[in-house]
Amino acid sequence: MNATDILIRFGLGLIVIVVVMTVCMYSVLAERKVSSWIQGRLGPNRTSIPLLGNIPVIGRFLTRLGVFQPLADGGKFLFKEDVIPAHVNKVYFVLAPVIAFVPALVTISVVPFGAYIDAATGAARTVILANVDVGILLIFAVASLGVYAIILSGWASNSKYPFLGGVRASAQMISYELSMTLAVLPVFIWVNAPGTPGTLSLVRVVEAQADWWFVLTQPVAAVVFIIAIFAETNRLPFDMPESETDLVGGYHTEYSSFKFGFFFVGEYANMTVGACVIALLFFGGWHPLPFVTWGDIAAWTGLPVNVGALGAVLAVGTFAAKVLFFLFFFIWVRWTVPRFRYDQVMRIGWRGLLPVAIANLVIYAILIALLERAGA
Amino acid sequence: MPVKVVERKPLTLAERTYLPQILSGLRITFRNMFKPKVTVEYPEERPPIPPGYRGVPTLVKDPDGREKCVSCQLCEFVCPPKAIRITPGEIPEDSEYAHVEKAPQEFEINMLRCIYCGLCQEVCPEEAIWLQNIYSVTGTSREELVNNKAKLYELGGTLADKHFKWEKKRRAAERGNAH
Repeated sequence: MNATDILIRFGLGLIVIVVVMTVCMYSVLAERKVSSWIQGRLGPNRTSIPLLGNIPVIGRFLTRLGVFQPLADGGKFLFKEDVIPAHVNKVYFVLAPVIAFVPALVTISVVPFGAYIDAATGAARTVILANVDVGILLIFAVASLGVYAIILSGWASNSKYPFLGGVRASAQMISYELSMTLAVLPVFIWVNAPGTPGTLSLVRVVEAQADWWFVLTQPVAAVVFIIAIFAETNRLPFDMPESETDLVGGYHTEYSSFKFGFFFVGEYANMTVGACVIALLFFGGWHPLPFVTWGDIAAWTGLPVNVGALGAVLAVGTFAAKVLFFLFFFIWVRWTVPRFRYDQVMRIGWRGLLPVAIANLVIYAILIALLERAGA
Repeated sequence: MPVKVVERKPLTLAERTYLPQILSGLRITFRNMFKPKVTVEYPEERPPIPPGYRGVPTLVKDPDGREKCVSCQLCEFVCPPKAIRITPGEIPEDSEYAHVEKAPQEFEINMLRCIYCGLCQEVCPEEAIWLQNIYSVTGTSREELVNNKAKLYELGGTLADKHFKWEKKRRAAERGNAH
């Protein structure tokens, strides 16, 4: 790997970070907008910037939509006073927000965004930062590091509410990680047919969904996985660690300014990764419809919709649309379902999801084995 | 006391998974997103003020332009937070309204003390003080928020009068106070 290669990689990584950050910022806006629409309010509609905001019709439309609001929010997080209380453990207190943020950005590097056929060589190419074979395993491993941020911040804050938040978070994340992983196993049992080289790559999972999306063949796994993702990203109805009403913000009670901003954006970055993984594992990744891939559309219409730049843009666009829908779904659920009580969270996790996930795994393992035998 | 035992049906399997309930909830919130919004965009849009609203207390004039307050000081005495200060004054002999005998020389309502209870309006025998529809009070100093007489009349304006009692009294006096 020479210097230009490294530079290109670096540039691509930067682009992905910028895109993900933008998505995070605007999902904060979406959170505020969707919540206000659901509650019959208008949401942020005043923030404007010179020039762009002054364009006659469009500027006003954008302002009413709150498009400039994230800039104001970001500015606020940057310039507010950053308080480090005297009673905290400074090292871990500062480290925690970083840990909250880093895993989301690391996991995004193994998420494939789309696939197209190289016009020159005719080879299938994937739009991905690092096409590693351990794919989903790396996502689970790194994403579960996020719990350390919450435990560390809860412990380092050295006060009661953050501590309770941290304790709840660790219990919750451990409980739901199990069901989440078990729910994903049947998908990979299906992808790794006997005789093929074994893989945990997400690209292969999407390729395996050219006909049947896994949400259609394994609906139970999909539901369990989505519920577990909600718990893993600490979104309502599972936002035990935060619990604004009973823990006054939980683990980030003592945080202010930019450090709080890190937690805040980190939550949305985790949501984005979660939405990506849901779309990839169960909803066909960059395939536009079940049983229809861009390759099929190209074959029917004769247009090169799966080749070159156009193919890449269409595939990534399809994937982005699905991710945005699931981000919206996260927000939508948040403003619909109230928070579970802590014991209910534990009961759902251990007595609800886990048995269902195990039964699902066993049944699908047997089913897939029978299918293999019938096929062979 | 007769006790009625309410039968509690056990939850069905679908209800216990809680998912159908969440789905119907999602449907409701989705519909809500497209309903008309209830937000009043305040500085540009103003809420309608219902009649009988108790806003800032003001002094009013009758349709002839006579100031109605006779500085009886009942409002000053009844005011629970002691927001009202009245300095009574005589009406000069050569005035058109000399028969009214008295009028406030100075009339101050301290809006930092006022609790908008409306007792002053209730107690006023002349219907001279009214809590009207002003609800937004701002100022940059304490002095600014003490409404003096000129300000109170400016805010109050003129209200319709049903009685014209001082006019009746004057006419009665002209006819020798015959009842």
